[in-house]
This record gives sequence, C-alpha cells and structure tokens, in this order.
Amino acid sequence: MGNLLEVNNLSISFTQYVQGLNRHDSKVISDLTIDVNESEIVAVLGSSGSGKSLLAHSILGILPYNSHVTGELKYKGKVLDQQLKEELRGKEICLIPQSVNFLDPLMKVSEQAIGECKDENEHNQKQIRQREIFSKYGLDESVDGLYPFELSGGMARKVLLSTALIEDPNLLIADEPTPGLDAKSVEETINDIKNLKDHGKGVLLITHEIDVALKTADRIAIFYSGYVIEINNVENFKNSDNVLHPYTKALIDALPRNGFKLTEGVQPLGEVTGCPYWENCPIRLDKCENNIPELVEHDGVMIRCFNFEGGK
Amino acid sequence: MELKAENISFSYNKKRQILKDVSLSLNSNQIIGLIGDSGSGKSTLCKIMAGYISHYKGSVTLDGNKIPDKDFYPVQLIFQHPEKTMNPKWKMKKVLNESWTPTQDLKDTFGLKDNWLTRWPNELSGGELQRFSILRALNPKTKFIIADEISTMLDAVTQVQIWDALISHCRANDIGILAVSHDPELLEVVCDDILMFNEINNL
Repeated sequence: MGNLLEVNNLSISFTQYVQGLNRHDSKVISDLTIDVNESEIVAVLGSSGSGKSLLAHSILGILPYNSHVTGELKYKGKVLDQQLKEELRGKEICLIPQSVNFLDPLMKVSEQAIGECKDENEHNQKQIRQREIFSKYGLDESVDGLYPFELSGGMARKVLLSTALIEDPNLLIADEPTPGLDAKSVEETINDIKNLKDHGKGVLLITHEIDVALKTADRIAIFYSGYVIEINNVENFKNSDNVLHPYTKALIDALPRNGFKLTEGVQPLGEVTGCPYWENCPIRLDKCENNIPELVEHDGVMIRCFNFEGGK
Repeated sequence: MELKAENISFSYNKKRQILKDVSLSLNSNQIIGLIGDSGSGKSTLCKIMAGYISHYKGSVTLDGNKIPDKDFYPVQLIFQHPEKTMNPKWKMKKVLNESWTPTQDLKDTFGLKDNWLTRWPNELSGGELQRFSILRALNPKTKFIIADEISTMLDAVTQVQIWDALISHCRANDIGILAVSHDPELLEVVCDDILMFNEINNL
C-alpha cells in the first residue's frame, strides 16, 4: 500500500482588508497533517464553515490570490507544486466540489461532465461514459441538454459527481458530496466512493455529516477550529470509549442515537495561544492554555493533546 | 394555543402540484416533528404556515382566527442556512436586535459571545449564525416556531446545544415547535410526536 497523498504541516491564512487600508491576516487551517494511502478512504470531519474546503482547494491549486499557504503537499512521494497540481488536476486528482455554483451556467451539463477533449474521437468515447454515469444516477437523456439553472439541487449534485468520476482519477477529493441528496442517491454516492477504493484508488472525503464518514471511511480526522485534533480508525467511533480527544468523545455522545448529550462551549473565534479546545476541555492541564500540543501518535492513533504525550 | 393548517394546496407552476389538502395542527405546549424526502414540499408548507407565501388554497389559523399579516407575525420560521437570512452589510448586533432586544440571560443560554456582536455575518460560522437567527425569532410575541432543518449543516455538538436551548425556552414560555428534518433519529429525541409528510400530503 503506497502513500498517495501526504499533507505535512499545512497552514492557510487569508489577508483581508478591514476598514480602509488596514490589513488583517486570518488563519483558517493550522498545522494540518494527514495522509491518504492507495485503497483507502480518509474522512475529514468538521463543522461547516470551519475551512475544510480550503484543504481541497489547496490540493487542487485553486485557492484565491489573497491566501497564504505554508507546509508541504506530496503526491506519490513527489512534491506537489503549482505546476504539478495543474498537470494532475482533472486527470489523476479530481474534485467533487461542494457547491452547485461550481457549474458553468452557460454550458450544457453533459458537455461539462465530458470536459476538455483533444479530438472528436475522444469526445465520442467520453460521451458514452458520460451517458453511463448519468443513467446510473438516474439522469435520463433529456437531462444531457439542460443548463445548470434548469436542474434541481439534487440533480446538480449528481452532475458534479459525474464530472469527477468520468476521468477515473487515482485520487478523488470529495468536498461535501452528499447534502441535499435523497437517501437513495446518498447510498449510490457512498457506493461509488467505496468502489473507487476497491479499485486501489484513494479518497479524501471532506464532510460535516458524521454518518457519511462512518459508513465510508477507513480513518476519520477530526477537524476543530483549524486544527486536526485526532485521526482514528473508523471502528473506534462506535462509542466514545475508544476515541481519545475530549471533543471527539463529546461529538460521538452528542449523536441522537448515543444519548444526545449536551456539551457546553463553542469553538474559539480567532487565534488562540494554546490548545484550541482549552476553554471547553474537562481534562485540561496548566500548560494547555499557552502551549499548542503537537499531533503525536499514541497506540496507532494520531492525537493532539498533552494528556497523551510522552507515552502516558 | 393551537396553530392549524387546513386543506392547504399549492403549486409553483401549472405543471406540478406540490401540496394537496395538507392539514396539520399543533398546540403551543407541543413539539411536533415532520419528516419527508428532499424536494417533497416540506419547506413550502413551512413558508405557507409562517406567512411567506400568501397565494395558497386552504387556511392557516391561530385558535380559529386568521392570522393578521400587518402586525408581528406570531409564527416564526427559522431556515436551514442562516447566512442567507441576514443582511451582509449589517453587523451582528443590528441583525440580532432587528426584531427585539434579548436579555443577557437568554444570550448566555444560547451561548452568544459578546465579541461576536461586532462581527459581520461572513466572519462567523454557520453554527454561530444559527444561534443568532433562533434568538432573534424568539420575540415575546412569537407563539410558534417552525424549525426547517435548522441543524442540518451543524456538527453534532452544536446541534445538541441549539436544540437544548430552543426547547427549554419554548417549554418555559409556552411556544410550540414544528421541527422539520430528514433525520428520523434527531426527531425521535426532540419531538413529542412525528408526522410523515408523505402521509399528510394527499398527492
């Protein structure tokens, strides 16, 4: 099993103008480390609006100009710079974008799924594949000639899925592929993602829906306030006993089927000097307030918490 | 108090009817869940009951009386995407106080931090914004809350916090809730009773 994607200490910040010419840097992702192997699905789970999509955008090289990125991305051991990103994206690395606004409003949806072609031959071949994928998702031939504004939310999402799957990528980045879909299409999407895995491909699934992550992923990374605080195997998420971080425990206990347990506290706004969970943590130590813990390994689990450092 | 929708029928265009003879009622001491597939017309029913759509067939009444559309509307709708319901050029303090001025106690119950009030809507997360949109809907004149997928986009921890605060406030102040969701597990824990949308919609 080879390493397909490695993300090491990735940080992303934005420069924004606030009131006139005053500039302000806001950090959205801090020190993110994660890897995806061949035949593996890794889910990044975090609340919406927490900046998860930027991880996807940085892998594809489509961040806006006012962003500032540090850290290292590697694809199959090679450093993923902007040039390599542009070569690979749409071919080996494909994205299922989060928003249906990513569709071109002036292009028929079938042509968007087919994408760029060298000659008519290639176009015809891809058209056959596009038709196959569309019918699998229940989009009949009348949909081919429609423009995005004529689609319902669910249909548009299925078109987005098709645009990514048509190229048969090695690494699929799925950014919130399921919200707004009916139960049957969610099933279908989950199966497709699993199918890629069975064919040796890697998938990075970015989602806020814990159930989707539980049903598909091999490993789940918990994203909190810009930090990955825990990466654990999916079987440990059945109840809160086998996950380590107090926030992960709270998250699992908060599910309706696990008791809908209330945990107080909100994610901090802006940068913190110490552990991002310090304010709400039931097991905090003195040093947590002003020191940020590293992501370390503890019994095969990656954890960012001082309670698990030093072989305790 | 009783909120009653009787024989509601509605269609956006001639091709497809969305609602047909839908009737439901809830009391102000109740939390009723409504579950159904996406695109089945749940949100349309919510908009009709909250007074956003007026050209429908049937009637929506409060204790048997038609709801006047001039004064404060006692049935308040909370949407799935709070960022779409707020003026992006207003700071959060103005957004919150548009309808009424909540007490500090209530702000604490909903976990509203003082330093959020000076922010713009695009500087806060969905969970933070949703707390504002719920609190501003809880004007003392509000008798019923219609919660249309209010926690769908939120993480599980925030989901519990928001429902816990909303339910305790509504129970204490005799406000009824119609909770719309596609998640049966959630409705099972927050509601007194659950209605199947497909069964009440006579299409």
